[in-house]
Amino acid sequence: MNYVIRRLKAFPLVLIGVSVVVFVAIRLVPGDSITAMLGTEAGLLTPQQRDSLAIYFGIDQPWPIQYWRWFTGLFSGDLGISVTYGKPVLTVILERFPLTLELALLSMLIALSIGVPAGVFAATRNERPADLGVRIAAMIGQSTPSFVVGLILIYILSAGFGVLPTMGIFTPFWQDPLENLSQMILPAVTLGCAFAASVTRVSRSAMLDVLSDDYVRTARSKGASERSVIWRHALPNALVPVVTLSGIEFGYLLGGAVIVEQIYALPGLGRMVLEAILQRDYALVQGAVLFIALNFMIVNLLVDLAYAALDPRIRLEGR
Amino acid sequence: MRVVKAIFSHPSGRIGGAIVLLYLVVALLGAVGLTPHDPLMQYRIDRLQAPSSSYLMGTDLFGRDVMSRLMKGVGQSFTVAFFSVAFATLAGTVLGLTAAWYGKRWDTVMMRLMDVLLAFPAILLALLIVTIVGPGTWTSVAAISIVYTPIFTRVVRGPALSLKEREFVDAARTFGSSRSYILTRHLLLNLVAPLTVQVTLALAWALLTEAGLSFLGLGTQPPASSLGLMLSDARNLMEQAPWLLAFPAVAIMLSILGFNLLGDALRDILDPKTRRA
Repeated sequence: MNYVIRRLKAFPLVLIGVSVVVFVAIRLVPGDSITAMLGTEAGLLTPQQRDSLAIYFGIDQPWPIQYWRWFTGLFSGDLGISVTYGKPVLTVILERFPLTLELALLSMLIALSIGVPAGVFAATRNERPADLGVRIAAMIGQSTPSFVVGLILIYILSAGFGVLPTMGIFTPFWQDPLENLSQMILPAVTLGCAFAASVTRVSRSAMLDVLSDDYVRTARSKGASERSVIWRHALPNALVPVVTLSGIEFGYLLGGAVIVEQIYALPGLGRMVLEAILQRDYALVQGAVLFIALNFMIVNLLVDLAYAALDPRIRLEGR
Repeated sequence: MRVVKAIFSHPSGRIGGAIVLLYLVVALLGAVGLTPHDPLMQYRIDRLQAPSSSYLMGTDLFGRDVMSRLMKGVGQSFTVAFFSVAFATLAGTVLGLTAAWYGKRWDTVMMRLMDVLLAFPAILLALLIVTIVGPGTWTSVAAISIVYTPIFTRVVRGPALSLKEREFVDAARTFGSSRSYILTRHLLLNLVAPLTVQVTLALAWALLTEAGLSFLGLGTQPPASSLGLMLSDARNLMEQAPWLLAFPAVAIMLSILGFNLLGDALRDILDPKTRRA
């Protein structure tokens, strides 16, 4: 379990590093948050009012003290107060997170349910026209940016069917599942396209590797049916790299798909960060970026652990 | 030369290579200004014209020639992609080589630092950098190179660590070869193959990231043109003027596809492990 312990030990160190980078980076952004918050009205503030606002948001102190306050606050879930929303940062983040989480889960579902069968299908028809077709489709899918997919989908819907996708509103799943899915399906497909393409490519090549292994030949020679060889013997082992890829991709998506959320005007985490950066909402950007990085790191750690659990060669490394 | 020959006898290498070459020509023409029309000139009477013989790809809302803007945009996107990947490769190679060579504390510090950078989703890190420095061509270059430096550092460090322990490096040391000679001749030369593959694939990502940043309004600034910006402008007009959507969309896709195909071919050719009989 050497490997696992090493990974766990590095975790807090990297997290502190991330928090410092975020903290310093957001303070290097030119302009101050009070002016950004109030716009032209900021000019009407008396120096006293400005000072008391700065004290309220804790931005009157020198950087190291601000950092220390922020960092110690993290442990009690206190990420400060968002200047633009006038609410605790954690509350704002947690309001936006369900949408982002759902979007990530849906696109992963789409990617896996298309990608894995397509990859297996192509691998079992190696170098034949069907394989070539799948590979070309996957290559094109992987090379198409999400915003191109999104715009083309919107165009097809509006020009071909005269319907415009609902935008800008979000109904939580537990309030109205059907309404929610009708809002989320297009963004999820948009994100799922490139994702499905990479899953296809990885499962195809992993499947090809596994199919040439000795144990698969053994299974065939003992008379197992082709179907059982592929789905029961080969696929479980071929899924190891697919798990890794999906995990990493999922971790990225948890950070909010800025561009796709922007196209469909979805109030998700990614768009919130973009707006917070533009508004110089220090506390919100800090908290959100840390939250996203933490998610990303936890997912990556889980992927590594899953990988180690699935592949004994890694688990035993360094023993 | 052997590699070039191998690329063109590899099916996806041939297609990828041809696409990349085509784009290089277009990018060069666009960059030096050899376009059918002036990409900034507004032919007010010819606003939103469909593709015709005088405007091969039609005109936009301001009556600017889409094809000229597209060529200029490809030049712009490629400039950003090439410079950012070049900087990332250089920084990553130096960091990765020295981390592997000096090991110990330097290695630990460097790799933890790279872990910190890798903990940020790429587009988010790029967004942060762009916001600090303000949008623009060179900011995009800086942002994309910082995002990809950790990846190159890892690509170099891993193989460099194992190369360092090989007999020929010991032999070079006993001959009295200098440190810089060993680092460049023995380590770096052996890393050219994995680096080439990584560079090609990174160019595809860099094009994607540049287009994404410009699409969000944080990359190339108007009135200059870039593929991402053209798509973003097309958003509200695509029903009346679908050519505004179609040409830039296909142009972005093909450019990324070209580098992806080429990178795949190079991996097959240069990496003996994935070479299949």
